[in-house]
Amino acid sequence: MRMPVLNAETIFDDKINAEIRIEPKDWMPEKYRQTLIRQISQHAHSEIVGMLPEGNWITRAPSLKRKQILLAKVQDEAGHGLYLYSAAETLGISRDEMIEQLHSGKAKYSSIFNYPTLTWADIGAIGWLVDGAAIMNQVPLCRASYGPYSRAMIRVCKEESFHQRQGFEILLVLCQGTEDQKKMAQDALNRWWWPSLMMFGPHDSDSMHSEQSMKWKIKRFSNDELRQRFVDMIAEQAKVLDLTLPDADLKWNEVRSHYDFGKINWEEFWNVVNGNGPCNKQRLEARKNAWNDGAWVREAAAAHAEKRAIRNTVKVA
Amino acid sequence: MTDAQNSTGLSIFSPPEGAPALFSYTLHLADTALILGQRNSEWCGHGPVLEQDIAITNISLDLLGQSRNFYQYAAALYNDFSTQEKEQVNHYIPRLWKAYNREINEDDLAFLRDENQYLNLLLTELPKGDWAQTILRELFISAFQFYQYSQLQNISDAALAAIAEKSIKEVTYHVRWSSEWVIRLGDGTAESNRRLQQALTELWPYTGELFIPASYEMQLIKKGFGTDVRSIKNNWLKKVEAVFTEATLSFPSGGGREGASWYQQGGKEGQHTEYMGYLLAEMQYLQKTFPNVVW
Repeated sequence: MRMPVLNAETIFDDKINAEIRIEPKDWMPEKYRQTLIRQISQHAHSEIVGMLPEGNWITRAPSLKRKQILLAKVQDEAGHGLYLYSAAETLGISRDEMIEQLHSGKAKYSSIFNYPTLTWADIGAIGWLVDGAAIMNQVPLCRASYGPYSRAMIRVCKEESFHQRQGFEILLVLCQGTEDQKKMAQDALNRWWWPSLMMFGPHDSDSMHSEQSMKWKIKRFSNDELRQRFVDMIAEQAKVLDLTLPDADLKWNEVRSHYDFGKINWEEFWNVVNGNGPCNKQRLEARKNAWNDGAWVREAAAAHAEKRAIRNTVKVA
Repeated sequence: MTDAQNSTGLSIFSPPEGAPALFSYTLHLADTALILGQRNSEWCGHGPVLEQDIAITNISLDLLGQSRNFYQYAAALYNDFSTQEKEQVNHYIPRLWKAYNREINEDDLAFLRDENQYLNLLLTELPKGDWAQTILRELFISAFQFYQYSQLQNISDAALAAIAEKSIKEVTYHVRWSSEWVIRLGDGTAESNRRLQQALTELWPYTGELFIPASYEMQLIKKGFGTDVRSIKNNWLKKVEAVFTEATLSFPSGGGREGASWYQQGGKEGQHTEYMGYLLAEMQYLQKTFPNVVW
């Protein structure tokens, strides 16, 4: 009796259905590969560009302890970028290609990082809200169907939840401090609240990539579901801080057992996505400058490695 | 300081009249670590390649950690001082803090002093420059700290000895990392060699200060403190020469063993470069705008 010939796509589908991870050497549909490259590289770029708004306060952090925590946090983000670039590389794209796509504007990064960090409280707000929203999005990705991505996300999520607590704690200290400090915290919340809600992406009805990603188990929950969870969580935490979320429509809905909240300004969202945010230009410039200014360093390292390899070969011979 | 114990419970090297000098010396160690950490931290998010962005940030973090240990010790020393001892170091104590009516802490010392109250090496406050300047400075300072901390590990002041012992592990890595980079750039391309040579020309005149004892160091030396920067110079030069040879770098004329004809100095006594004021304006901004609040 002959073995039935299983076609590659059936094997792939079976694995997805059985919650078995897809690994780099497995066959996968080209669109699955492309979707993952797009998503993982976008995520990696977000980590790297995300270093900039917080990095803006490293040299001005208000105490030695805060400076240490912030520096370590921004460094963690570089580390996340590194794992994620590596995960994407398993799909057959190089880090240099991805960086090139970031610089040319072909690849995107999270739009939230196009907002400015204007006061020290922004560092708290970013930890609390931006990392908080990121965790909502990322925890389900620890179960994403692609193995290297899900494993990278497990490491990322552990550190992100730590960052969120640190951010909350920055705000807690400010809110328990002087009137000026409390004002600073409220002002930061006013500016970061709506952009953080936008981090979950367009409404489900308008989301371009969602449906296929759900089928492939790259994505597990819809944008709107995650956004709602986030609002429910933050609305409670804001009470602890005694801060007010800048949304007159925010109120607990007994029937839904969720908070209702106001309309998101999607016009702003799309403008920021398409390059019109307050810092799009600076962020990309900063990345390009770092890359271009570092070119001679990378070339020198490569040249030295090559020379050393030749010298070692000569020695062995 | 007449007591053999300070508030941390660690014994202090100090004949009564030596304590103010010990305080100033500790501030000098703290300031050198902090200011270099501050400069290196400017690379965070802007490094030439991600792995090195992480590495230089690690070094900044180590330096910051070292500075905190030194500042905390300096604060503990000061808080235990007699009125007379406090008077003797009064010129290093920030004016703003004097109105706070509480014990001094690490942040008061790190963030509130005037420029001429900082005792860091001039080399640490120079702008980060390009990657060549940053890594060459890192080699100079870390190799220096390696020998300095090696001596400090064995002194009778238990607190400083303990900080030195902990820090030397970190500094050993800084020396290795920066040596490798100096070699890589020196031996890499014509461009990297040129930039490194340029960095050397700019930084070399600031290396003399490392080995000239400040007034407070001289006081400690006279008391048999057990560390003397003059005795480090030879080992330091040997280390630097070895790296330079592998990096195919040559000493600037008048440099090397015979020494330069002129060195910049003053940082250890509070006289700084024009760069320092800007560095402090940025670093101190929040502490000075919102005095005496908790962050």
